[in-house]
Amino acid sequence: MSILVNNDTKLVVQGITGRDGKFHTGRMKEYGTNIVAGVSPGKEGESVEGVPVFNSVENAVKATGANTSIIFVPAAFAADAILEASEAGIKLVVAISEGVPVQDMIRITPILKQNGTLLIGPNCPGLITPGQALIGILPAMIFKEGPIGFISRSGTLTYEVVNQLTLNDFGQTTCVGIGGDPVAGLYFIDLLERFENDPNTTAVVLIGEIGGDAEEQAARYIAEKMTKPVVAFIAGQTAPPGKRMGHAGAIISSGSGTAEEKIAAFNAAGVPVAKEPGEIPELLRKKLAERK
Amino acid sequence: MKIHEYQARQIFRSYGIPVPDDVLCYTVSEVENAARELNCMTVVKAQVLAGGRGKAGGVKLARNVEEAINAGKQILGMNIKGLTVEKVLVTKAADIEKEFYVGFVNDRNSKCVTLMASAEGGVEIEEVAKTNPEKIIKYPVNPLTGLLDYQARNIALKLFGDIKQAQKAASILTKLYKLYVETDATLAEINPLILTPEGDVLAIDGKMNFDDNALFRQPKVLAMREPDEEELQEIAAHEKGLSYIKLDGNIGCMVNGAGLAMATMDMIKLYGGSPANFLDIGGSSNPQKVIDAMNILLGDKNVKAVMINIFGGITRCDDVARGLLKALEIIMTDVPIVVRLSGTNAAEGLAILKETGLPTVSSMSEAAKKAIELSKR
Repeated sequence: MSILVNNDTKLVVQGITGRDGKFHTGRMKEYGTNIVAGVSPGKEGESVEGVPVFNSVENAVKATGANTSIIFVPAAFAADAILEASEAGIKLVVAISEGVPVQDMIRITPILKQNGTLLIGPNCPGLITPGQALIGILPAMIFKEGPIGFISRSGTLTYEVVNQLTLNDFGQTTCVGIGGDPVAGLYFIDLLERFENDPNTTAVVLIGEIGGDAEEQAARYIAEKMTKPVVAFIAGQTAPPGKRMGHAGAIISSGSGTAEEKIAAFNAAGVPVAKEPGEIPELLRKKLAERK
Repeated sequence: MKIHEYQARQIFRSYGIPVPDDVLCYTVSEVENAARELNCMTVVKAQVLAGGRGKAGGVKLARNVEEAINAGKQILGMNIKGLTVEKVLVTKAADIEKEFYVGFVNDRNSKCVTLMASAEGGVEIEEVAKTNPEKIIKYPVNPLTGLLDYQARNIALKLFGDIKQAQKAASILTKLYKLYVETDATLAEINPLILTPEGDVLAIDGKMNFDDNALFRQPKVLAMREPDEEELQEIAAHEKGLSYIKLDGNIGCMVNGAGLAMATMDMIKLYGGSPANFLDIGGSSNPQKVIDAMNILLGDKNVKAVMINIFGGITRCDDVARGLLKALEIIMTDVPIVVRLSGTNAAEGLAILKETGLPTVSSMSEAAKKAIELSKR
């Protein structure tokens, strides 16, 4: 089991003929993801890595029954691409694009809600259900199947931590990179709920960072509704206030969104917070032992 | 991106929000001319991109030209939160009957542009939010409709009571929302919005921040940017595809990925060292980026050791190693460097670096410890 993506996922790649689209289509295909179509306006009839290209998501869905989309479109056009997928009936959209204006995300949010479209990202590495589907740019070789759910705002920090988990024999059900932007699709809470309801996930690792209050919200949810153990790590304890630390959403504004507050919120909810990424497997071991 | 008060006021004015007349002045002589021209009580306000200007003595009421000149003398050249005041705004002073706070920001939870309004104006809104949150009206605006007239009016009536005043305030709210969305702002604040004894509603201060991700489509906003020295460095790095924030420690870090870069800084501090910077070289492994990154790091004279932390996903470690080799050919430095490579082609990358004699490790914590040790030699 897993959440959101699995062997039944039928993926359409928007922006398939671009450099990134093409490269990652190859990698995802190699992993075994079922990529049924690509979209690149004006290139219908072509083929990329053996995947048929269509002019529109609508055409792709009609011809192939695609149900999931990944977007490798430049930031200025990403919101439009997300909407196109949503209107064509795609159920889960994964937006890799970085640099999307926040007003664009604000504008499309109600329409996605109306259509019942789930969004992950933008500015995210995607997600992977090891052994079944890779929908994103995550490096497949560090993941392995197992019972740990994983949610992160980061890209390479995700890889660092997952690598530690895999080396310590903690395989993963699904790893989701929700991205570094302030207004995005699914947040921690949305995914925690899904992991709580996934029979194969026994515990969750959560990687947060400064900015916003998604971690605090997650902590509240964990305290009130989650039965499964959660272990966390928060990046940015040494970040200066008021500065955007790479990710558009990683900024301490008006004194709030600090790592300290997030760590405190998790501790109050009974979620141990690692002092460094390497500590996570040990904390997980302890937490799982407690339950027995 | 931030702008000065005088620029925010210009934008407000251009959208029809009533703002008292003002003149931007760089010298005491200009302050004198402005005061004479305005011919009334004025306020002389420091124009720096920092909060707490009033508390720092950077905002002074001047009852006549002489007082304006004195205020200008005191404020120009003043240091506020590390910034030197190079210009002041001389504005017509207004009679204040009551002060209000109104502002728009993006709320991550409602995923909407949200109006914040309060009858507690003129003070730090964050304070009010902490001590008296019930005094702040928070209204998420539906992006599909924008801020409708009746919504603006109902909120204004809660603040003003009198319908004529409320209508004036409502008109300001609708205009503020419009300009917020049209300029891709991330903050548009009027603190205070005032009621005069005559029943007028005016904006006597203004603050705006903008979405960096939208600057590509906001040339007029971009033209208003006045970066300080630190920001110029950050902008220059950004143009090279790097994300750089200077800190004041002595261990330079070069990392691929923002989250990992933050975790690297944190780990250095955890082990008793002091990070000199945040530097994300991003996803691609092209050699020029590594060269540019090394230049930036070594341009900081405080740096006593460099920690390179790469977890290659898409980024190939052997590409990074090659880039580093090239960089070291071009840049002559005595600063010790420790390299950590993990992930895609890590073994190949480490092999390439073997001949350089650079200390190489495979774990992040080893790298941090080594860098701290090297910095102390």
